[in-house]
Amino acid sequence: MSAETLFGLAAAALCAIGIYGLMVGRGALARLIAFNLLGGGVFVLFGVVARRGAGAGFGGDPVPQALVITGIVVAFSATALGAALVERLAQLRAKGGAPSEEPEADT
Amino acid sequence: MSLAFDALLCLLALLAALRAVAAGEGFSRVAAFMAYGLILGLVWVRLAAVDVALTEVAVGSGVTGLVLLRAVARDDAPAPLAAGLAYRLLAGVVALLVFAGLAAVVLLLPEPAPSLAPEVARHLPATDLGNPITAVLIVFRALDTLLETVVLLLALIGVWALSPDRTWAGRPAVLLPAPWSGALEFLARLVVPVGVLVGLYMFWAGADVPGGAFQGGAVLAAMALMAIAAGLLPRPVLARRRLRALLLAGPFGFLLVGVLGWVFADAFLAYPPGVEKAVIILVEAAITLSIAVTLALLVLGPPVAEETE
Repeated sequence: MSAETLFGLAAAALCAIGIYGLMVGRGALARLIAFNLLGGGVFVLFGVVARRGAGAGFGGDPVPQALVITGIVVAFSATALGAALVERLAQLRAKGGAPSEEPEADT
Repeated sequence: MSLAFDALLCLLALLAALRAVAAGEGFSRVAAFMAYGLILGLVWVRLAAVDVALTEVAVGSGVTGLVLLRAVARDDAPAPLAAGLAYRLLAGVVALLVFAGLAAVVLLLPEPAPSLAPEVARHLPATDLGNPITAVLIVFRALDTLLETVVLLLALIGVWALSPDRTWAGRPAVLLPAPWSGALEFLARLVVPVGVLVGLYMFWAGADVPGGAFQGGAVLAAMALMAIAAGLLPRPVLARRRLRALLLAGPFGFLLVGVLGWVFADAFLAYPPGVEKAVIILVEAAITLSIAVTLALLVLGPPVAEETE
């Protein structure tokens, strides 16, 4: 088995772990972490595709590699916003206005 | 031999990922996630993508981990009940299906692999850059990078918008509410100057060797955060015009260069022939600065009322 295939299969497994975490995660932060695990797997999968496209003196196809760099930064932006939302929820809960995790029946 | 090393890396990444989704307190899960990011950084080196490795370690693991740690410390929500066994089994089946589908894709990838590497190599001399990734980011796919800087800015606006109106112009909360310790201040005095130099070097060397605006910006942001955490720098007042100008310099400077492309070259985001390199460096400097400030402010979080500290 080539190193690319090995990393590709590992990336597929990381995506699966991320999906599982997103589905069973307890609480918003657990899901936020799982979302980032899933993202890491997807990026590595793309990196395997880039590595297979090595040529013209480059160790990998630079276009997917550059797109992954963009992806990592965008994933961070989404995570930062998500984390701030979680903290805001905690603040509101502390004040008593507590929107609970379960949607209320009569609203 | 190297395949054994790669297999070990994959195993470590999987273990760290499993630890990060496993039950347990938030702090240890975030620590596992940061380890996962570092291991992925090594995977990226093995995939001959050192630029991505630097970004993954600096942004994917480091800065993301900081934000998650902050959220864990401030989130006091009681953990909801664990999902039922049937639902967990269902999630396991879905995860297995995803794995099987992606594994099939990996095993059936077309041969020979499609690649844009020859195209990039053919057009690289026109950009005067030695690092093909920087060329793709700043020249060939400049629109992606422009929009990416805008996404960062929008995320920051979103984070700030979560603060009540009366604190809008204030400072972010203390990042590290630990008792004052001389050790942290000493460490910051020692590390920050070196780190700033490393960040600037990564930005400057990014034209020809791995590095660039995002990696350099992330290191500069980390140094600013360290100086703030150690009390060497005051927490920034978010309403300051100079700070906001720094935030806008990257996206809007890039946009201005793009629009000028219609005037001095022949298309949006085209660089004027003859002075491409100088314009590229100017654009890179502007976005490095904006990325550094935006990342640091995203980690610091929304402004808070002074009395709640």
